[in-house]
Amino acid sequence: MVVGTRAAAAPTNATEGGSRTEPTGRLGAVGARVVFEDLEKRYGDVAAVDGVSLDVAAGEFLTMLGPSGSGKTTSLMMLAGFEIPTAGEIYVDDRPIAAVPPYRRNIGMVFQNYALFPHMTVGENIAFPLKLRKVKKADIQRRTREVLELVELPGYEARYPRQLSGGQQQRIALARALVFDPRVLLMDEPLGALDKQLRESLQLEIKRLHERLGVTIVYVTHDQQEALVMSDRIAVMNRGRVEQVGPPAELYDAPQTRFVASFIGESNFLDGRLAGIEGGVAQVEAPGVGVLRARLGEGLASGTDVAVTVRPEKIVFAEEGEGSDGLNHERNELDATVEDVVFVGEMHRYEVRLTGGQTLILKRQNRAGVRRYERGDSARVAWHVADTRLV
Amino acid sequence: MSATTHAFAPRPGERAAQAARFARLRRGVQLRYVLLALPAVAFLAVFYGYPVAAMLLRAFNDPAWGTENFRPLTTLTRDIDVFGFSVPGNAYLRVFGITLQIAIVTTLATLLLAYPVAYVLAAIRPSRANLLMILVLIPFWTSILVRSYAWMVLLGREGTINRVLMGLGILDEPAKLLNTRLAVYVGMIHILLPFMILPLYAVMRGIDRNLLRAAENLGGRPWDVFRRVFLPLSLPGIGAGCLLVFILALGFYITPALLGGQRDVMISVLIAQQVTLIKWGFASALALVLLLVALVIYVVFSRILGVERLYGGTRA
Repeated sequence: MVVGTRAAAAPTNATEGGSRTEPTGRLGAVGARVVFEDLEKRYGDVAAVDGVSLDVAAGEFLTMLGPSGSGKTTSLMMLAGFEIPTAGEIYVDDRPIAAVPPYRRNIGMVFQNYALFPHMTVGENIAFPLKLRKVKKADIQRRTREVLELVELPGYEARYPRQLSGGQQQRIALARALVFDPRVLLMDEPLGALDKQLRESLQLEIKRLHERLGVTIVYVTHDQQEALVMSDRIAVMNRGRVEQVGPPAELYDAPQTRFVASFIGESNFLDGRLAGIEGGVAQVEAPGVGVLRARLGEGLASGTDVAVTVRPEKIVFAEEGEGSDGLNHERNELDATVEDVVFVGEMHRYEVRLTGGQTLILKRQNRAGVRRYERGDSARVAWHVADTRLV
Repeated sequence: MSATTHAFAPRPGERAAQAARFARLRRGVQLRYVLLALPAVAFLAVFYGYPVAAMLLRAFNDPAWGTENFRPLTTLTRDIDVFGFSVPGNAYLRVFGITLQIAIVTTLATLLLAYPVAYVLAAIRPSRANLLMILVLIPFWTSILVRSYAWMVLLGREGTINRVLMGLGILDEPAKLLNTRLAVYVGMIHILLPFMILPLYAVMRGIDRNLLRAAENLGGRPWDVFRRVFLPLSLPGIGAGCLLVFILALGFYITPALLGGQRDVMISVLIAQQVTLIKWGFASALALVLLLVALVIYVVFSRILGVERLYGGTRA
């Protein structure tokens, strides 16, 4: 199989688990399905990975997103074979691999610091996995050339890694991880050491490569923006567990836990008690504020303590726009005082204090016709019930 | 806005004065560096540079001006054995040959013993490695003289090893262990081992573990990972360790003098003999040749190492 000749494939919906093992019409769709089954890794009393179950569909781009110490890298290391789990199993296309040594797994990996061999040229680095697989010399040369074209660095064979920029080294690392046609590609914060602009362009490039090659990618990052841009699905990790798995938009719009709501994007939280349910809308009593309405979360009973959460960009100042009383039943409206205004370029970020003493963050676009509030101004804030979640 | 910036800008005439002031500041910093290095440089010049120069001068002027002192080295009187080959030479060249051979064998044996130790030290947790490093360094802190005498006690005719072997019935009469080439090797390898372990360990610690993981991930079995990645990256350590041990071994005196026999006379022992015979000129000539040999080997080795560093270095 030749990496350079695969046809581009339309992005496919990858939300429904392993359903993509059947033919998708995609040319050269070679990704393998990866399943973590109740995976656990303990160091003494500390569980770095504490029962992770994940089903990564063949050809899917799944990102494990979480803060440092959330177990995302340890999970990846177990998939690569550098760590042996204390319990659980990992399957690649239904084959258990937790006890298979790394060199027999045929899984590509891109490391955070690229891990290019400094004593070898770019060509020797890329030829390394092929040489170990006893590929013929002529084939090695051809495939090295092809994979360098794929990462848009043709003719770089004779250079040494230290002669390349960070972005170029990253591409060579990617080429080396792809040249032996692995069915799964692991990436451990591969863009972490690059500056913002380069990172953003490489994000899109890796995403395009993924769509073109059809390889299954398991990507690890702590950068939520990166995860949102690149992934088919994101698994949010926290304290060795998966908090929530889903497509980026679902995680952003319907976070199921407070951790997910605060880790992906910015969120406001108002603590309260679930007082009742009216017409499928949850009524939450928030102290000092009154009754707030929210979309009903699953499995919540009246009387439980909950937090109402809403994104800063979903909140508006109520006197502008359509703010008539006719829409009132679809909105939460509260009196507030502006505490602080910060200019962040494309928008202003306001901090307002509610009558109950809680603070809310809200963001307003920086354009003509949008009134700028000053510190100390009284205002009325409002947001849609549909944008309000319970966690 | 522009008015404020202007207030801070120096007038044209002041600018030159300011440049001169900055130049003085920079010179002050340079002077401080010179002063910091001065005491050590002065000490070495007085207590090392001068005596060495004076000693080397004697090779040419003691007892009379000329190259007379080098004549014994260049007069070929009989064939000598150099690594199994018979080469024309003389008794003094033979001592140089023995010295080189002992230094080479000691260096290689030290490398073979030290490499696995350094490998383990570099692979385990740093806290545990520091603990084990103390074990490596304890002999380092003990006097060479004391350790050489200790080997005499162990290896002697009535020594511990002979007594144990006879007690076990393996030997009927004591074996000659002391005053043999073997004893010289054992003593020198023992003393020089830390000098090999330390540079190897330093370089191996610097090898990025992810490079080894990457090699394994790309399909390298443990042996492939070692041969194609770890070993080449540890070469600077091998070079530095070998150079250090080899040059130290060339000038070894106490250990071969105490543990060696008649046939194991190293160049430094010969020099000491000439000094006791008050043949200062000849002793100086021998020392000069030893110094030149060490310098040539150092230059050749560091050239090779220099090339090594050009295409790799120890870190990514």
